[in-house]
Amino acid sequence: MRYEAVIGLEVHAQLLTKSKMFCGCSTKFGEPPNSQTCPICIGMPGVLPVMNKKAIEFTIKTGLALNCSIASYSRFARKNYFYPDLPKGYQISQYELPIATEGYIEIVVNGKIRGIGITRVHLEEDAGKNIHEIGASHVDLNRAGVPLMEIVSKPDIRSPEEASEYVIKLRSILRYLDVCDGNMEQGSLRCDANVSIRPVGAEEFGIKTEIKNMNSFKHVRQALEYEIKRQKDILEEKGKIIQQTRLWEPEQGITMSMRTKEEAHDYRYFPEPDLVPVVIDMAWIDEIREGLPELPHIKRERFVKDYGLPEYDSDLLTSTKEMADYFEECLRHYRQPKVISNWIMGELMRLLNLDNKEIMECPIRPQQLVDMLRLIDEDVISGKIAKTVFEDMYRTGKAAMAIVKDKGLLQVSDQDELLKIIDGIIEENSNQVTEYKAGKEKLFGFFVGQVMKATHGKANPAMVNELLKKRLG
Amino acid sequence: MAKITKKEVEHVSRLARLELSDEEKETFTKQLNNILTYVEKLNELDTKDVEPTSHVLQIQNIFKEDEIRESLPRERALSNAPDRTDEFYRVPKIIE
Repeated sequence: MRYEAVIGLEVHAQLLTKSKMFCGCSTKFGEPPNSQTCPICIGMPGVLPVMNKKAIEFTIKTGLALNCSIASYSRFARKNYFYPDLPKGYQISQYELPIATEGYIEIVVNGKIRGIGITRVHLEEDAGKNIHEIGASHVDLNRAGVPLMEIVSKPDIRSPEEASEYVIKLRSILRYLDVCDGNMEQGSLRCDANVSIRPVGAEEFGIKTEIKNMNSFKHVRQALEYEIKRQKDILEEKGKIIQQTRLWEPEQGITMSMRTKEEAHDYRYFPEPDLVPVVIDMAWIDEIREGLPELPHIKRERFVKDYGLPEYDSDLLTSTKEMADYFEECLRHYRQPKVISNWIMGELMRLLNLDNKEIMECPIRPQQLVDMLRLIDEDVISGKIAKTVFEDMYRTGKAAMAIVKDKGLLQVSDQDELLKIIDGIIEENSNQVTEYKAGKEKLFGFFVGQVMKATHGKANPAMVNELLKKRLG
Repeated sequence: MAKITKKEVEHVSRLARLELSDEEKETFTKQLNNILTYVEKLNELDTKDVEPTSHVLQIQNIFKEDEIRESLPRERALSNAPDRTDEFYRVPKIIE
């Protein structure tokens, strides 16, 4: 039998606020354990939480970008359970009245556009972190109370590729909005999946499992591929799938059942009595809407339309806002989109990837890249030498012209000088000259190569072609 | 008619991490039922047109600005912990 997968994703995004959700503690990552806590976030009796306005605004902003309806009336709820990283014995979350509902995003898989529905976007507080030691567990509560946005998709996803595209797209939107840094390794973006399979054409859903611990796009794809196959194998052997939570184990490449307590899911939600409701009026929504940046898919279309770039280039250049800004800053000084795109996607990305750096950390400023491109246009350096110059700029941060001068890389465009070199080569390679003249035209490339070798790549290629033709002709 | 069974009392006490003796379970089942029967009286009131109350105060949108305030020194934060290391709260090993 042929099966299809039904996947829904829950993404948790830590918001880029400076302070926690309900108190004034810092949210900074990587600080010494238990150095960023206070009576509110460690759940001392008698304290009152107060909502961080920025976190509410970030969630509304995200809701708008994900085409959601924004609730006019929203409130928080207590989710009750015991765990050592949860000091109050409940998590302040949202239940029946989340901030945003019923949206969608579009993803492109194999050239086809698919709309993936968003059920809800709600706001909650993060828990602390457990570190498991031999014989005991250690708890760090720095993260307890950090604002966390939960984005729940509809079960519209049909394959591991779509799932990973969805996460990539969502991450890119969150980063454009500047509400989450999207760092999956550090856990500021986390992803859980609900997966089931059913015979192709069936309407009813199969029994689902929940997969946790997928902390990269690659893991999302691999874990889902594994889990779908595992479920197929069970059904094909007439077995039964058990509804359970499973952990992705990246080293072994498998999902493993988590030992869960039978009553783990009785959360007894009720409205949080310590917090007042949130009322969101049109004026507030409009104000936030005004501040929305141009979103990636709109930017991508604009790059194709206005700059005549291929889809591929536009896609890559708009993958982050910073990259798109870099490109457009270059373009402000130099009106040749495709030339700039080629340098960014080629040499610049190659060097950044080698150093594992982001475009924000790029040592070459847009103006410097443009200055170098002008040197090529003005025949000061050849395109080939430019790559050397570019790498040098990247390493040293120096201006292109300074490097060209220091290293003597000026293009040789002096006709007399080039002729002298060409004549010398013709004299040394009389056999090839005879063959060429007898009709072996392929040898022309050989002569060009010799000239380049003699000038260490600095000869003006157009002039070399012209002069060689004249001399050999 | 009993509204709460002994089984429910066991369930709730487990969720609340309370260990009850058999005797206590019986007592609480009885007491909880008495309370519920008493509160049942409220059902005599017609609340058809009344919104469920989650807050008694008619206020909303109480926010704080996103500003960092000083946290507790770690020593103070950890001072109530029944068990700790220099930097962490220490709890019985969590098995996942």
